[in-house]
Amino acid sequence: MSAPGDAAAARPPAGLGAVLPWLQRNTIVVLVLLLLAFIGCVEAVKPGTVNTIWLSNTLLFAAPLGVLAAGQTLVMLTGGIDLSVVSVATGSAFLMTTTTLRFGEGWAVGVGLALGVIVGLINGVGIAVLRVQPLVMTLGTGLMTQGIIIVYSQRILSTRSLVPEFVHQLGSARIAGLLPVDLLLWVPIAAATIFVLARTGFGRLLYAVGDNRVACLLAGVRVWQVLLAGYMTCGLLAAIAGIVLVGNTNSADLGLADTYLLPSIASVIIGGTSIFGGRGGYAGSIIGALILTVLNGLLTLLDSPEPIKQILYGGIIFLLAAAYTRLTD
Amino acid sequence: MTATTRADRLRLLIVRNAALVGMPALLALFLGATVAIHPEFNSFDAQSLAMAALPLAFAAAAQSVVVISGGIDLSIGSVMAVANVLASSTMEEASFGRSLVLAVLIFAGGAVVGAVNGLLVVVSRVPDVIVTLTTGFIWGGVALLIQERPGGGAPDEFLDLGTGSLFTPWLSNSLILLVVAVAVIWLPVRRSKLSLLIYAVGSDRVAAFRSGVNIGRSRVLAYVIGGLFSAVGGLGLTMTTGIGSPRAGVLYTLSGLAAVVIGGVSLVGGRGGVVGPVIAAFVLTLIPSDLIFLNIDPNFGQVIQGTLIVLVVMLGGLATLLRRRP
Repeated sequence: MSAPGDAAAARPPAGLGAVLPWLQRNTIVVLVLLLLAFIGCVEAVKPGTVNTIWLSNTLLFAAPLGVLAAGQTLVMLTGGIDLSVVSVATGSAFLMTTTTLRFGEGWAVGVGLALGVIVGLINGVGIAVLRVQPLVMTLGTGLMTQGIIIVYSQRILSTRSLVPEFVHQLGSARIAGLLPVDLLLWVPIAAATIFVLARTGFGRLLYAVGDNRVACLLAGVRVWQVLLAGYMTCGLLAAIAGIVLVGNTNSADLGLADTYLLPSIASVIIGGTSIFGGRGGYAGSIIGALILTVLNGLLTLLDSPEPIKQILYGGIIFLLAAAYTRLTD
Repeated sequence: MTATTRADRLRLLIVRNAALVGMPALLALFLGATVAIHPEFNSFDAQSLAMAALPLAFAAAAQSVVVISGGIDLSIGSVMAVANVLASSTMEEASFGRSLVLAVLIFAGGAVVGAVNGLLVVVSRVPDVIVTLTTGFIWGGVALLIQERPGGGAPDEFLDLGTGSLFTPWLSNSLILLVVAVAVIWLPVRRSKLSLLIYAVGSDRVAAFRSGVNIGRSRVLAYVIGGLFSAVGGLGLTMTTGIGSPRAGVLYTLSGLAAVVIGGVSLVGGRGGVVGPVIAAFVLTLIPSDLIFLNIDPNFGQVIQGTLIVLVVMLGGLATLLRRRP
């Protein structure tokens, strides 16, 4: 799919090359310290909370966000953004649960994943081939997907929906009472994402396109193929995240992933990936997703009313993003 | 140099007129289709169309000013919700006169909220998408804080400003209100140097900076005007629904952006105006009601809205692509 890997040589050489990795390693350290600080806050608010069960719960809830953030990281590295991920996640979960009884479990999951790939394909064609702004394109496809799912949900009111048993296990069970099963999905996805971004031609091209599109074109990179593949992968990952989520709640409603739009973008930004592309990586996004999950748990623990929780959540995300921008610019 | 500016001016003129002619034509087409589908279309239908389109039209106006300045505001719906619940919770027992005073205060509040959004974007240097996404979250929380459940109200005379009809039922107050509000807010800006600054910052920030434009101030002012429009939209929501509801406004962020795109404002900035998106808001409002007249599930409206955005921007992209290839 991807063009010759030597095109990655289009990135600016030397000089900065030595400082940037050092800086990036350090920001990861900063992020981990921040995560530990938040965990410390949790422990301070209610001593005795942080134990293995709490850790296991946090990882369980962080996994869908982490998978969403993986897709978002890919497209944000190219200088794009995907606002349709929440509609895709909800839609895939809903499609899967309502087709389980008709097609069987395996096919139902396939149908759900297919939705993600199709929406990703439409996004990719618009953004990569027709050069539409990612924000508008994914806004449109997001509205479209959401609308189609609403219409579909009213057509099939009588159909019984069912979350396949293995999906339910995937989203909520724990091995030996501790290790969340969804980690078995998230860890390979995370490893693959980090590997692809750091070690493969496709991964380096994602950075290159985000860094300097014109230079990539001049170097002979088929930019449209890179973008198309990026957005399709993002759609697929969003669909997977939706399926993990519905495995956790065990019933698909039309607002399943609504609250995930801001966190999916915020965990990537906090994790140090530039919204203008070319800079960052998935390791940061993982920590970002963990920070946001711990923050969410902390706010729940404070037992503050929903509005206050929402204000604090938004405010803290903004402060983190602002601090990060200051740190790296 | 003069040749390029003249060419640019000519192109701008064409683009602007295209929106000014094209959008009313599209609206006329949709209105014609509506009358064809639903021959009994009467003054009542006209009035409910104007009422339903009112909040969306203001959301579109708010977004277009910010987009023209090269930014984006994903918190407009939440700001509308704050204005909406502020009005319904403070005006419930108030007299008409007092309600008007409160309305002016809420407008001022909207401008302040816009200024806060703009300052956060400019000072923090965090991309506007992220900033307004988080402030949208925060203002949404504030709206819930003011009024947790749908409720409240306003004096009847005040609601009448949006729901009644002063002259003929065909020309409802909400339509007059919309035209007057847009004219009062946007015309002075359009005629002043401020609009030049906003367009300049939106079309080429570096060139604007080198020409001595205060980039930060111009961008913040665009957000202020956007906040003002959002507050008016929130009050419009109070007038047309009669109550305040902390979650009603949120929908208008994305729909407003849809109206902006369809109304011919380029998301790159510096292009388009406020009138196109306002008319597009009417078109977007007509779609679900036409579907009801056709006995089609009105939920298809959202599908059509999304498809329309995708088609409009993709056709735009295709046109550029074809122009570039010999």
